[in-house]
Amino acid sequence: MHAELRDSGFDPWGEVQRYQDEQLGCAGRYGATAVFVGTMREFNEGDTVHAMTLEHYPGMTERHLRYIGEEAARRWDILDSLIIHRIGEVRPNDPIVLVAVWSAHRAAAFEACRYLMEELKSRAPFWKKEELEKGARWVEKNTPGY
Amino acid sequence: MPIHVKYFASLRERMGRAEDVVDALDVDTVADVWAHVSEGLDLPGNVLVAVNMEYADPDHPVKDGDEVAFFPPITGG
Repeated sequence: MHAELRDSGFDPWGEVQRYQDEQLGCAGRYGATAVFVGTMREFNEGDTVHAMTLEHYPGMTERHLRYIGEEAARRWDILDSLIIHRIGEVRPNDPIVLVAVWSAHRAAAFEACRYLMEELKSRAPFWKKEELEKGARWVEKNTPGY
Repeated sequence: MPIHVKYFASLRERMGRAEDVVDALDVDTVADVWAHVSEGLDLPGNVLVAVNMEYADPDHPVKDGDEVAFFPPITGG
């Protein structure tokens, strides 16, 4: 189980491959990998968004990402999970978040991946500030996941 | 020891500062801390609170050395 913040761009697909090759301690035992990647859009609430800054609460954000990883491992029969989340300035098409879950069978991987993403959105302290044509705007709430 | 108060995102901008320090002798709860730093403004209903990086309610007690944070709804992911 691993969670980390990145202050520069990352390749989520390469990260999944690298984690699987180098850190995942369950080769031969997993039959399912569920992956979610969140990417920055160039629009929000009807406006063009040129860039976005992701703020976080150093210490608390990492702690709560760890909590949700631990909680997912208690609730589902998963073998491992990986979360990577961007901080700092991102631009359209940049990956913002990666959640990957490995399990023996697909149900646990799918469900835990969804859980991690929804819990991250409701519990991990991050804030988005968008750069629009007309100036900057804080995103006030997340869109519902369900 | 003082209580360290932190603000994030839009609330930090509204407060015009990222941090405050409050004397623990002056406050018993998170709500007291807010009253102290905001000069009597109501705590906005959507503001979240953390004490020592754990989510807490406004009536949560505070003590010397605590870190109390106020921030708007979170929007990560």
